[in-house]
Amino acid sequence: MSLLEGRGIGKRFGGVQALGDVSFSITEGEVFGLIGPNGAGKTTLFNVLTGIYPPDNGTFVFHGRPLHGLKAHQVAAAGIARTFQNIRLFANLSSIENVMIGRHAKTRAGVWGAILRNRRTREEEEGIVQGALELLDFVGIRARANAPAGSLPYGDQRRLEIARALAIEPKLLALDEPAAGMNATERLALGKLIQAIRASGVTLLLIEHDVRLVMNVCDRVLVLDYGEKIAEGRPAEVQSDARVIEAYLGRPRAA
Amino acid sequence: MSRKNPWAVRVGVVLIAVTLAVLPFALAQVGTAWVRITNYAVLYILLALGLNIVVGFAGLLDLGYIAFYAVGAYTYALLASPQLGLHLPFWIILPIGAAVAAFFGVVLGAPTLKLRGDYLAIVTLGFGEIIRIILNNLSRPVNITNGPQGIGGIDPFRVGEFSLASPQQIGGLEVSGPIKYYYLLLAVLMLIIIVNLRLQNSRIGRAWEAIREDELAARASGIDTTRIKLLAFAMGATFGGVAGGMFSAIQSFISPESFVLVESVMVLSMVVLGGMGNIWGVILGALLLSFAPEILRWTVEPAQMALFGRMLVEPEVIRMLLFGLALVLVMLFRPAGLLPSAVRQRELSERST
Repeated sequence: MSLLEGRGIGKRFGGVQALGDVSFSITEGEVFGLIGPNGAGKTTLFNVLTGIYPPDNGTFVFHGRPLHGLKAHQVAAAGIARTFQNIRLFANLSSIENVMIGRHAKTRAGVWGAILRNRRTREEEEGIVQGALELLDFVGIRARANAPAGSLPYGDQRRLEIARALAIEPKLLALDEPAAGMNATERLALGKLIQAIRASGVTLLLIEHDVRLVMNVCDRVLVLDYGEKIAEGRPAEVQSDARVIEAYLGRPRAA
Repeated sequence: MSRKNPWAVRVGVVLIAVTLAVLPFALAQVGTAWVRITNYAVLYILLALGLNIVVGFAGLLDLGYIAFYAVGAYTYALLASPQLGLHLPFWIILPIGAAVAAFFGVVLGAPTLKLRGDYLAIVTLGFGEIIRIILNNLSRPVNITNGPQGIGGIDPFRVGEFSLASPQQIGGLEVSGPIKYYYLLLAVLMLIIIVNLRLQNSRIGRAWEAIREDELAARASGIDTTRIKLLAFAMGATFGGVAGGMFSAIQSFISPESFVLVESVMVLSMVVLGGMGNIWGVILGALLLSFAPEILRWTVEPAQMALFGRMLVEPEVIRMLLFGLALVLVMLFRPAGLLPSAVRQRELSERST
């Protein structure tokens, strides 16, 4: 069934039509790729989806409910977590606290709970720490739990950002160019991590430039160019689409 | 928390407790003025800890913080003085003062939610001045605050016959009013330190720090930044309000003079000098900046008399000179403050599988 449906999404910045009438549908359990040349509107689509700014036209329907008018934190609480193209960690906090902050929407303790530190708050805190540790373990950086997030190597920072997003317990995880700046080994490991996330039952939406990664992990892809949808389908089909080749994959060559 | 030698920690705690307990009597030997100075230093620590929530934890630069001190002080003064003829007991007024200050924290915080950095500082500076000017002019047409003349005859803290303002013999020991207030202030300070430590290491405290580090990422992590920022303003203002109420009672006279911009700047300097976000650093900063001027006042004059036989430079001038120099040196060599806030370390149990 359809987990997320975009219907006629449009967004304009002044004279630039960043997105024009983009529709797509993501099925539960799949890895959905979002590709296109630089400036095609991929990140804009991410931002209107996650409530950073509202779309000018169109609506998203997530799990049968419209996301219309929801703010970023409400979108997150509804089950859509994201990472950023240029990593945005809480750099001066430890890795584990970054992940613990991701649990915010799923926990309750307020000021009085914090001050009185009653049993319920203590148990909740314990659960937050345990959950965060498991997630760090899952992405493979548990050993760095107490290190400041800003001090981690680049690849680990990407992993930490994914762990923080997973802490929201999302139904849909949106990754904005997770492989950017990674070397071949790190990309291979990232591909495995994406498969593991999918195996845990999370649907993925992936912006990616690395064609090999897209071909390997994505079930279906949506191709944008100048804010317009030019193709949607299985990677192999899209790869042979004339418009996609023209817009994105460069000059045609013999298969 | 790192696990150090538990005995060393215990001995240290006992030593500090004993020192704090006998401190006012030792100071009284030098002069009761020093007990008063210590009391004002504790008030400044309370203010600095309150401002630290807004500036240090949540990263919101607030230049009008003294307004909440004023709100707390005036709430107390109006409800316990001949001004309006009301004389409510302090344990009723202090919570009211805290609540009124928290209310103002939210009211003044709400319009600034989309501002950051310099712009936030300018707007909060304006709000701080607005509160002071209102207090200055609220004497006409109905006299509420008595304008620039201020409010006098404010009740001290009193429980039945026991007043914190008057000296008393307790167990053969002469206990002066300032000494009694010292113990009260110390108790409130302990409470507020505990509240601060617990808040910082909680779901709310982490949300504040997330906003300080990266507001957009905080929102994407499911944090309602509007609510959490207002909560920071309200909590900071609450502490300011409590400190203001105690200030009122200790002084027994307040006027808008006490709540000028320089006071906001002074409290902010304490937070920055000590180390934004680190509770112990903030306490150190407040202690240094409230005691240094007094120590200078008591040493500069005799030193000049001894060296030159006459006064060459006024103590006040030297004070500002050294204050400026200290701030420049700290910015150069310890830009994160004397005790910078460190990354919180957690004791993590080994994998339980």
